[in-house]
Amino acid sequence: MGKFNKSGKRDMPALNTSSLPDIVFAVLFFFIITTTLRSETLMVRMKLPTASEVQKLEKKSLVTYINIGPPLDTRLGTGTQMQLNDKFAQVTDIQNYIAQEKASMNEADQPLMTVSIKADENTRMQYITDVKQALRQAYALKISYSARKGEN
Amino acid sequence: MAKIKKKVPAINASSMADISFLLLCYFLMVSSMDVDSGLARRLPPPPQSQEEQASVDVQRRNLLVVLVNSQNEILVQDQQGTVMYANESELEGGPGKQAMKDVVKEFVLNTSNSPDLPQLIEEDFGAPIGTVPVTSNHVISIQNDATTRYSAYIAVQNEVVRAYNELRNEGAKRYFGTSYEELTIDQKEQIDDLYPQRISEAEPKNYGGGE
Repeated sequence: MGKFNKSGKRDMPALNTSSLPDIVFAVLFFFIITTTLRSETLMVRMKLPTASEVQKLEKKSLVTYINIGPPLDTRLGTGTQMQLNDKFAQVTDIQNYIAQEKASMNEADQPLMTVSIKADENTRMQYITDVKQALRQAYALKISYSARKGEN
Repeated sequence: MAKIKKKVPAINASSMADISFLLLCYFLMVSSMDVDSGLARRLPPPPQSQEEQASVDVQRRNLLVVLVNSQNEILVQDQQGTVMYANESELEGGPGKQAMKDVVKEFVLNTSNSPDLPQLIEEDFGAPIGTVPVTSNHVISIQNDATTRYSAYIAVQNEVVRAYNELRNEGAKRYFGTSYEELTIDQKEQIDDLYPQRISEAEPKNYGGGE
């Protein structure tokens, strides 16, 4: 009965890792596709207000952001500032900014453009109202008050 | 010429996994998965002329005025009466005080057909809702002072949206037997027509001492 080899040491078969790069590449491509590299550096400090009935903004490419809050750099004071595209701006600049953003969009997508107002919770409403009026003048009528989801 | 078969040496691919892991880690760090969320609103188009701005007239009984002043106090007022909230956290209601969402819901529904609440008009919404009386002309006007805090304003907006969401959910339960989330797009549209969000964000006025 020489079929059973009792004396031999049993070697653990090497784990076949040849498909590991393929798997990793698949995950890699997923992240390359989902990631958005165009993330501007914030120059204003903002703590978003909380709300319980928030909706998600679906298409990121259709959303334009307006950041409002006190500047991170305290040398610039503590007054409310607005950041559009990596630089501080005045309310009067909104029209140009919206026109620019609209022009860079697909024509079919232009009516779907949403402006997300990300404002610090201590902002005075006067500022928000001015921004809203400017958005009305620029015909950017779909807006969203950005808020964190949470218990209210 | 003798045919010499040169064997191409196989490329050593064992470091491929390491390289792709490095790339993967880089994208993992860089990617931001957070989705922006917020309260969606639609602004009215800019007024074309002075006359047009003045021509918007709403019957008093169809109007629910929500005032937020510079001390972040909230006043909810319709023809039936006035409710006052001292701050954002009181909006949920309290002893002897109706929650703001219930005031809004009562205003939108007008179940008692009260002459002080918005006018009920019979409208056809198609099967299975049929013809039901609704307050299609109601308007909720949110007005704020120039110095109101943004968070108070958002809290008020949130309560109004919550009232509408609850109404729609109740409507979906009654007519379709499921929650609003599970309806098809067409059914959602029907429910949205039944309870349209009619929120007006007015121009700022000075209420309560804001400069």
